[in-house]
Amino acid sequence: MRYLPKSPAEREQMLKEIGAAAIDDLFSIIPAEYRLNRDLDVPRQQAESEIIDYFKAAGHKNATDYTSFLGAGAYRHYRPVIIDSLVQRGEFLTSYTPYQAEITQGTLQAIFEFQTMIAELTGMDVANASMYDGSTGAAEAILMAMRVTGRHKAVVARSVHPEYREVIDTYLKHRELPSSLVSFEPKTGRVDLAALEESITEETAAVLVQSPNFFGVVEDIPAIAEIAHKKGALLIVSIAEAVSLGVVRPPVEADIVSMEAQSFGVALSYGGPFCGVIAAKEQFLRQMPGRLVGQTTDRDGNRGFVLTLSTREQHIRREKATSNICTNQALVALMATIFLTVYGKQGIRELAEQNLAKAHYAATELTAQTGNKLLFNGAPRFHEFVLQTGESPAVWQKRLMKNKIVGGIELGRWYPELGDATLWCVTEVIPKEQIDKAASVLAAGLVEA
Amino acid sequence: MATTEINASSKTTGKVRAHQTQNERLTFEKSAPGKKAYKLPPLDVPSVNASQLLGETFRENDGLLPELSEIEIIRHFTRLSTWNYAIDLGMYPLGSCTMKYNPRVNEFVSRIEGLADAHPYRPDELAQGIMEVIDLLQRCLIEITGMDAITLQPAAGAHGEFTGILLARAWHESQGNARKKIIIPDSAHGTNPATAAICGYQVENLKSNADGGIDLEALARQVDEDTAALMITNPSTIGVFENEIHKIADILHAKGALLYMDGANMNALVGKVRPGDFGVDVMHLNLHKTFSTPHGGGGPGSGPVACKKFLEPFLPTPVLVQRQNGTKSWNYDRPQSVGRVRAFYGNTGMFIRALAYILANGPDGLRQTTEDAVLNANYIRKKLEDLYELPYKTPSMHEVVFSDKRQQAKGVKTGDIAKRLIDYGFHPYTVSFPLIVPGALMIEPTESESVEELDLFIEAMRSIAKEVEEDPELVKTAPHSTRVSRLDEVTAARKPILRWKLE
Repeated sequence: MRYLPKSPAEREQMLKEIGAAAIDDLFSIIPAEYRLNRDLDVPRQQAESEIIDYFKAAGHKNATDYTSFLGAGAYRHYRPVIIDSLVQRGEFLTSYTPYQAEITQGTLQAIFEFQTMIAELTGMDVANASMYDGSTGAAEAILMAMRVTGRHKAVVARSVHPEYREVIDTYLKHRELPSSLVSFEPKTGRVDLAALEESITEETAAVLVQSPNFFGVVEDIPAIAEIAHKKGALLIVSIAEAVSLGVVRPPVEADIVSMEAQSFGVALSYGGPFCGVIAAKEQFLRQMPGRLVGQTTDRDGNRGFVLTLSTREQHIRREKATSNICTNQALVALMATIFLTVYGKQGIRELAEQNLAKAHYAATELTAQTGNKLLFNGAPRFHEFVLQTGESPAVWQKRLMKNKIVGGIELGRWYPELGDATLWCVTEVIPKEQIDKAASVLAAGLVEA
Repeated sequence: MATTEINASSKTTGKVRAHQTQNERLTFEKSAPGKKAYKLPPLDVPSVNASQLLGETFRENDGLLPELSEIEIIRHFTRLSTWNYAIDLGMYPLGSCTMKYNPRVNEFVSRIEGLADAHPYRPDELAQGIMEVIDLLQRCLIEITGMDAITLQPAAGAHGEFTGILLARAWHESQGNARKKIIIPDSAHGTNPATAAICGYQVENLKSNADGGIDLEALARQVDEDTAALMITNPSTIGVFENEIHKIADILHAKGALLYMDGANMNALVGKVRPGDFGVDVMHLNLHKTFSTPHGGGGPGSGPVACKKFLEPFLPTPVLVQRQNGTKSWNYDRPQSVGRVRAFYGNTGMFIRALAYILANGPDGLRQTTEDAVLNANYIRKKLEDLYELPYKTPSMHEVVFSDKRQQAKGVKTGDIAKRLIDYGFHPYTVSFPLIVPGALMIEPTESESVEELDLFIEAMRSIAKEVEEDPELVKTAPHSTRVSRLDEVTAARKPILRWKLE
């Protein structure tokens, strides 16, 4: 009980001062029949060394010596070491939501910097202080668009991350808010503009697309925006790979951007915690969910920061709030802020260009050497691409795994019409020799077959 | 902007003097072209022409990100950190938020290679280690709550509420009628009504009785065939255990409605009593409250939802299952599921921390933790009840709620006392809550405080009560020792400045 700072004698003394004979007196209000009169059946108390051994063994079982070409909404980028040394400072780590502005200026100023950076990168006017992740942020962005427009239908591109679409479904279906899907062009992987035009009606609140989309293809945002706006719908652009913004044109024609910031210095951690964020044009500010930090002054005229516009929030508005979100991802947003400060204006572009070059090289090699087909070759891509193989992905995944490589993720579970297709991701941390190795393993497999 | 002077007069009595006095401009204001804190390795593949590859989708103009060196970045964020209060600096008696010590081993193990760098789509055979961690945490939480099944997918408490209410909704739908309303006591957290509303329900308030608890008769009158559930917090937001909870459950169940428990206050119950044993059908936990994962300035949290067997088919997709050969995998084939509430599997990094905490405590430590949390709250109650009004005399569990009734006579409100507490080196208690106590002072010390720290806090509260009598202005103008004085929140909201702009 190393976390408990009281001696047995102190406990006795405290009980005496309270006027209780025994600790159980303090629990006497709980009816006897519901009290637990046994130990919880959880593992026994363990030494710190045992805890570390347990988790190290778990990590080891997970295997760390594989090269991974997995992306699909969770991206491995290099994390500068100062991120962890700074976010582990107790004043950031063990602080609460900055309700008391005078003693939380550190968190507040860092969030203000985060909001500024996100606005700069996305081309939006304002950004909030984070959402749970990219998927819930996308769902909340649609609800936000419904509040803004007073309309109740949504159109979602099929090229949006399938798990994001599932989350959107969950948020909408239980409130009986209808949504429809719009397909992609088989040649480019981009949103089918004609189909999009047809699916939008006078009742459509929002069109949600992802760019780069789930296939790694960059969408034609100006064209999509024009179609959406023509019928009075808002355009929401979801960004799952934030590093793309270093080289891909920001979606300035969008009304709302819902972004996953995991790529900015956040560990994969088997899918979480990540960091969603909603950015938007200024006129939609009052309908934006989540926390916002604003600049102000104190009594002496010093600049300071506070949580602001809280009349949108659940603790004030209760059932009329813009959202029920309360705890967000502040510490993860801080990681992203530090990451973006480290890379800065030039670094983020250079980083994005390296990703672009590596993925371009991999796509070229994996097709040239193996005869596999690169799908959606007619459109611009960032660092992910879809390969269509001549054999079942399960077979070649096994072969790659034997060589300590995890290849692209199978798309058949979500897009059966694409056949034996896999989605590959190449970031700056994958060396050329591993790309070459993957290509030769796949090429050798074709010979064997 | 002038550097703030720290007033070292007798007005500043704090034991913790955290604030770095030097001003720290925004990173954007410190930036200078050409400074760098990064160095990428040489590109080992042929370089490409980005503008050519991306065509019209190429980004022409860079965003205005700052350009700084590494030492400047370290100093910048280190200085910012010194402007924050934190548990590591002292007591953080925020009621209902459970600000307890965050063990450092939690941080260490969450960063272990193989766990921190595990991709969520890695093949199952390469993820058995993390799946075993998830499985063990699930089993521990099921045991602690006395429920039958659990999902760890929700990313925070309010997200857990959303998931739990969707489970109730899906179950009612499977019975042929989703029903229309959710009943919520007037003492509830603001997230409860907001959650019910985003799940498509009408919210009906339930007035608390004279003890601050659920009024059984009023409840019985209110529950009908249109009621989907009651959302209750137990212990309630005034820190009182609903001792007729089983009767509450009976009233609901008799009309086919469910009992949802907000588990925000589980720190008062772990190892002593289990919600599953007193009639709760579905509940959420806050790993960042009860299970010591850090609050991080407002997240990340994690809000697992535990439920009774009959609700299990509706849990979000996917769920962790054991295959015949003993290995684990994710099952996506769940036709009755409410759907998915988040991409991937939840805030896994928080699961690791919470499990480390459970292992560090074991059954004896978890029980002792609860006992100490309740002991501390009662100690504070005993030592302050002669000076501060205690609106509800019912026995307190892990938190105690006073009101500012006596201090109001001198024109001093709970918010003023809270700000003055800052001068004494403490984070304020919760001021705005619960709504049923006007001018509430909601204090939750948690188990993490030593007698010495509790006594300092008590002494501070007693001194402030005295100041209110002798020099109310001193309290009303607090804090006096902070880097910034009271901030103009009205202007901040009227003319929002939410980002820096190049002038």
